[in-house]
Amino acid sequence: MRVHAQRVGALLGGLSFPALSMADWTVNMTPGVTGTSNDIFDLHMTIFWICVVIGVVVFGIMFWSIFAHRKSQGAKPANFHENTLVEVLWTLIPLVILIVMAIPATTTLIDMYDTTESDVDIKVTGYQWKWQYEYINEDFGYFSNLTTPKDQINNRQAKGENYLLEVDNPMIIPVGKKVRFLLTANDVIHSWWVPDFGVKKDAIPGFINEAWTRVDKPGTYRGQCTELCGKDHGFMPVVVKAVPEEEYNTWVADQKAAAEKERELTQKDWTMEELMERGEKAYVTACAACHQADGSGVPPAFPALKGSAIATGDMAAHIDVVVNGVSGTAMQAFGGQLSEADLAAIITYERNAWGNKVGDMVTPKEIFDYKNQQ
Amino acid sequence: MSAVAGTHAQDHHHGPARGISRWLLTTNHKDIGSMYLIFSFTMFLLGGTMAMVIRAELFQPGLQIVQPEFFNQMTTMHGLIMVFGAVMPAFVGLANWMIPLMIGAPDMALPRMNNWSFWLLPCAFLILVSTLFMEGGAPNFGWTFYAPLSTTYGPPSTTFFIFAIHIMGVSSIMGAINVIATVLNMRAPGMTLMKMPMFVWTWLITAFLLIAVMPVLAGVVTMMLMDINFGTSFFNAAGGGDPVLFQHVFWFFGHPEVYIMILPAFGAISQIIPAFSRKQLFGYASMVYAVGAIALLSFLVWAHHMFTVGVPVAGQLFFMYATLLIAVPTGVKVFNWVATMFRGSLTFEAPMLFAIAFVILFTIGGFSGLMLAIAPADFQYHDTYFVVAHFHYVLVPGAIFGIFASAYFWLPKWTGHMYDETLAKTHFWLSFVGMNLAFFPMHFLGLAGMPRRIPDYALQFADFNMVSSVGAFMFGATQLLFLLIVVKCVKGGEKAAAKPWDGAEGLEWTVPSPAPYHTFSTPPEVK
Repeated sequence: MRVHAQRVGALLGGLSFPALSMADWTVNMTPGVTGTSNDIFDLHMTIFWICVVIGVVVFGIMFWSIFAHRKSQGAKPANFHENTLVEVLWTLIPLVILIVMAIPATTTLIDMYDTTESDVDIKVTGYQWKWQYEYINEDFGYFSNLTTPKDQINNRQAKGENYLLEVDNPMIIPVGKKVRFLLTANDVIHSWWVPDFGVKKDAIPGFINEAWTRVDKPGTYRGQCTELCGKDHGFMPVVVKAVPEEEYNTWVADQKAAAEKERELTQKDWTMEELMERGEKAYVTACAACHQADGSGVPPAFPALKGSAIATGDMAAHIDVVVNGVSGTAMQAFGGQLSEADLAAIITYERNAWGNKVGDMVTPKEIFDYKNQQ
Repeated sequence: MSAVAGTHAQDHHHGPARGISRWLLTTNHKDIGSMYLIFSFTMFLLGGTMAMVIRAELFQPGLQIVQPEFFNQMTTMHGLIMVFGAVMPAFVGLANWMIPLMIGAPDMALPRMNNWSFWLLPCAFLILVSTLFMEGGAPNFGWTFYAPLSTTYGPPSTTFFIFAIHIMGVSSIMGAINVIATVLNMRAPGMTLMKMPMFVWTWLITAFLLIAVMPVLAGVVTMMLMDINFGTSFFNAAGGGDPVLFQHVFWFFGHPEVYIMILPAFGAISQIIPAFSRKQLFGYASMVYAVGAIALLSFLVWAHHMFTVGVPVAGQLFFMYATLLIAVPTGVKVFNWVATMFRGSLTFEAPMLFAIAFVILFTIGGFSGLMLAIAPADFQYHDTYFVVAHFHYVLVPGAIFGIFASAYFWLPKWTGHMYDETLAKTHFWLSFVGMNLAFFPMHFLGLAGMPRRIPDYALQFADFNMVSSVGAFMFGATQLLFLLIVVKCVKGGEKAAAKPWDGAEGLEWTVPSPAPYHTFSTPPEVK
């Protein structure tokens, strides 16, 4: 009953609320901030106006007939039913228009495909349901996850300004440099889109696609995954921050240092409490989308971990599932995605949370050795 | 024994059998046509209900009514049911009813196969719809079921979905064979190919498209079946397979499929506009060639659905040029319809209203199609609501308005009664307004950057989504009115003359209304 009352309330509130406070009646594409996006915008407007003109002429003649040639106005039908000249003309004229249109489209397309001579290379990998950005010449990388709280999505909290378009770690790129993206995916097909750049490319497992951009204006640019990739397809935004070059260089240096520190964590001596604490955080980012924060899962696709045979059974089997995944199912191989510290923390957490009481732990060092044995 | 059989054989004009066996065992093209149409309308309401769930969830931002898992099942089932359950069977129903009447044939060429191809359909959809109640839910990977989302990551019910697709495919292929056999062999003496009504022409070409591409669909789902259940790796990159291969094979079926859903509507509109313009169809021969050209080109454009998958630039250019080329024959058709109306003597009964709306709104869908064909621009449009707007503009006021126009045009022939013109016009105007309200704002949403197939969206998309949902509810509710109009027309109403439309041409208007159970036992002469 309360649920229904809430829904009715939400419905009534929704009716008046957005119209008043969030009025946004954008009707057209924005030109964006790159040369490519501006070229695309020009093509879009050209073809749009061509369509408008054709539409006005064709519908104009049609409405004229509807107006003037009505039987109720005493119109008598004419007898013509073919005219070779007219028919040849209205075949040839559209053909010419199309050829005229195809020329700039071809130029733009060839330019979009020219990914040579890039200054920065970033590998973009799509996962269910997050993006991984690896700066392949700088030896670091990280995941970019949605940060919009569940409570906002489930209408228990007011929605923020960048609802569903906010992430923990945005991609950072330098302004004025040619950035090349190398796109692939780990599980299903995703598609990486930033409207302001005019860049959209599918991320496909087993393929490396290329795209590029050069952004001149610093700022934060937001987009979304555009290829249906399962349950949380609507919840894996793309956020890119374009920053001045010095700021970018400092950031890269910091990231490299942090990556080095992360690698050192493997050698550290960990206590159970430390692992559980890190595990809870890492679990929420990496595992909770499928297995849920309380370990209950969404069976049968995403099994429960609470009380599960794997999470409460043999440690070696548990490590195997998390590190290597389960082929033929949605369970990914996290061995390459997460650090040893995170893997150890998550496995320890899963064995000792939500009423699972195995009581044992695995250290990052042991995970490191396990991965090296393989 | 022989005496009994002999008596029976001479009794050509017996009526239908009584009770349920009339429908189960019938080989009569009119009965089978009616069953197809009723089935199609049932599926239209079911698929429409799912659309209502989608629009209710998208009414405002946040998750209110359904969870993402179920939302994805709704979008998938809505698409599959509308394409394979509503639009295609409706046109097969119209073909069954009208082709024999239009070409002066006593029935379809292969009446028993006709019965079988119909009865396979309810079986197929029973299987498909039952997946909603299975563990793990119904297919949730979109009606385009891209691998590996539909294979490695698909729900357990995917195998049932594959089986259902196979059965639908068998039904469609048999229906197509029947149309071809009927049109090529059973035309009345004197009816040469270039004298055939446009509806017959478009269906003949559609039938060839069906035979060409349904086996391709069967192939792609069989490869999925192998990947899922027998350890092959057609589409699994980890096993050396190719996920993009799936898209190539699927769209080699999928693009001609788009024309399968629209060409028969082109045909019907080409019958209706001349009838209510009281003027012969302009450019009959060019209409026939245009349909043929569209059908041939439809095999050469499939990768325009895949501009963002990373096709090499030469491939992109080829598919862009080929796609742009389709605008030429399509344009010819639109110009011909307008030229038919020009200097005619027009009246605006329900079939004509739907036909005019068809020409205008289908052309708008064609314009957005032209925009989508520009490959660089497609990088911005692809997989956004702009695409959703585009294909709903060609399918709702295209295919579905074409079906409504046909239904009103031929209802007097089917039932022997005139339908209620006031109600029918109300049905038209409410559908027209609702449909535009639902789908036009989707253009804006797509251009503003809203991806398709998402259950929740950023706040800047809130307003137009709400408008769209209101329009969708209006359009959905209006369709119950159509049911009322048809039921009313079947039960009674003003008696319809053999030719209730003074401008209509064709053999179907030479038989009484309602059309007797058996018609053209002796072929008519066509001069």
